[in-house]
Amino acid sequence: MDQFTLNVIVVGLSFALYIGIAIWARAGSTSEFYAANRGIHPVLNGMATAADWMSAASFISMAGLIAFVGYDNSTYLMGWTGGYVLLALLLAPYLRKFGRFTVPDFIGDRFYSQTARIVAVVCLLTMSITYVIGQMAGAGVAFSRFLEVDKDTGLMIAAFVVFCYAVLGGMKGITYTQVAQYCVLIVAYTIPAIFISLQLTGDFLPQLGLFGTHTESGLPLLAKLDQVLTELGFSTYTDHHSNTFNMVLFTMSLMIGTAGLPHVIIRFFTVPKVSDARASAGWALVFIALLYTVAPAVGAMARLNVITTIYPNGTAEAPISYDSRPDWMHSWENTGLLGFEDLNGDGLIQYYNPTDAFAETAAERGWEGNEITNFNRDILVLANPEIAGLPPMVIALIAAGGLAAALSTAAGLLLAISSAVSHDLIKSVINPSISEKNELLAARISMAAAIVVATILGMNPPGFAAQVVALAFGLAASSLFPAIMMGIFSKKMNSAGAITGMIVGIGSTLLYIFTYLGWFFIPGTNMLPNTADAWVFGIAPASFGTIGAILNFIAAYLVLAMTKPAPQEIQDLVESIRVPRGAAGAQAH
Amino acid sequence: MSDKSASAYWSANIRLITICMVIWALVSFGFGIILRPLISGISVGGTDLGFWFAQQGSILTFIVLVFFYAFRMKSIDREFGVDEQ
Repeated sequence: MDQFTLNVIVVGLSFALYIGIAIWARAGSTSEFYAANRGIHPVLNGMATAADWMSAASFISMAGLIAFVGYDNSTYLMGWTGGYVLLALLLAPYLRKFGRFTVPDFIGDRFYSQTARIVAVVCLLTMSITYVIGQMAGAGVAFSRFLEVDKDTGLMIAAFVVFCYAVLGGMKGITYTQVAQYCVLIVAYTIPAIFISLQLTGDFLPQLGLFGTHTESGLPLLAKLDQVLTELGFSTYTDHHSNTFNMVLFTMSLMIGTAGLPHVIIRFFTVPKVSDARASAGWALVFIALLYTVAPAVGAMARLNVITTIYPNGTAEAPISYDSRPDWMHSWENTGLLGFEDLNGDGLIQYYNPTDAFAETAAERGWEGNEITNFNRDILVLANPEIAGLPPMVIALIAAGGLAAALSTAAGLLLAISSAVSHDLIKSVINPSISEKNELLAARISMAAAIVVATILGMNPPGFAAQVVALAFGLAASSLFPAIMMGIFSKKMNSAGAITGMIVGIGSTLLYIFTYLGWFFIPGTNMLPNTADAWVFGIAPASFGTIGAILNFIAAYLVLAMTKPAPQEIQDLVESIRVPRGAAGAQAH
Repeated sequence: MSDKSASAYWSANIRLITICMVIWALVSFGFGIILRPLISGISVGGTDLGFWFAQQGSILTFIVLVFFYAFRMKSIDREFGVDEQ
């Protein structure tokens, strides 16, 4: 059986499983559609949250992000896990006690203001729609690479599968499919990593292998990696090369952005009790850590593997010739993600970092530039099984895993979008007397519409697709996170303060991002160049969410000081969400 | 629940949150980034302790923190009689 047939069978089986779950877990009420009737076991919810959270970016891109930069990109590891501590300690239990279905629901009721609700809906829609485009585009790439179908056809298939379980089952169907998708993606991610760790270090666990000994040289793996990188003019892997201040702010932005993402928050509405919401965040972190502690090992080992593949006799000796390159390089060249150009015409692949400091060595060896002209970092995870020479079954698993990661996140985002429209706009603002049956129908229709919009945008991704992820985190960090936190921890915070805070937070973050990346990301409309020298105090646009959040808090408290505090019944409401007793069951309202 | 015990419950919670957040910041922003040079003398598998905290130690600490908080809060809930029956 050839690789292609195997890929189709494995991916097809996983899709059949998701659709089977959709038929089994149909939603019959709005409570089932929005919050799975609050009956999900905390461990299962943790697993579903992990799949919901880990997107195509985590599965495909993160190991590559770390591999090509090293220590400085630890920000992603700490930022994307540290957010769960904030979620568990500061938000999830209280929002679960509040017992509503959506994030704007909380903001609208707590700040007793339709304006606050609508501002929250706008924030939610902006960040969720931009985020979902990336997921659909990622699914399209996985289809075209592994199933050899046209990207648009692949997207239609993906949209159909999501449609089945999201529209039929709502949160209930999505939860159980996400549990299945987590299992698929974690198996797909860890198996190649275990084999590579065994090959390089003899350690079964990649987490130990990363700090273990490189069997061939007898040196610690990371010391070996630093050594070969230095010999080729690259900067070391384990040292700190970036701006410390910016590194701290960026990590913080990722943390509070993670805690403020609505599609993650709503997962904690599905557990039966407040204490379950606290524990469930811990389980989510356990399941996320299974991938997030393997990723840096995959990154370091893949980087070393790539270099030893090109320099089989050590970096001081000649590299391999272009004609004798391994099959995986050949097949990735066809996709355009890997590029080679024989600059000095010797038929060998010189891979190094052509810096000024390295110019002399390069000249001595007759090198005329780095001959790997294009090395897309997403290749690392996808080609990992091929680099390590693993059986075709593992490659098919990677295809199914990448799709599971993209689809599970897309479904969570689509639910956040559709519930914001049907519950927060239609039920709360436009037509409060809508019957439950019609609200459920409205939820299904808005879900279907969201899928259509996401598919069309996924087929024609706007040029700024990569940058908008930074925007989504920046917006979540600077708008929703501070508003929810003040709603719980400050009894007196009033509607004027919260609304001003959210507007100042989003406004300043958007302004800073657009200043460097262009107005609405249109190239050429940026007012300052997007370089470290032009950034205010060296703060990168992606790190500004932290500053936006601080401005949000300051503005809110300034306005609070000048206006009347929240009315007594709202303060009583805050008192009641602070204690767990009395949270059982779903509250309709 | 009386106002007095409500405020005592809330300050017990805030105290626990503060302890957890200090550790949260210490392992990530502290040991992982800002204080890394201070602990660079302690070597771990070919690099230093700060690198381990940045890529593995902080994540493991986060897990322990969240479960510790959930566990402690359960007994604080019981102590103040606000646990879920």
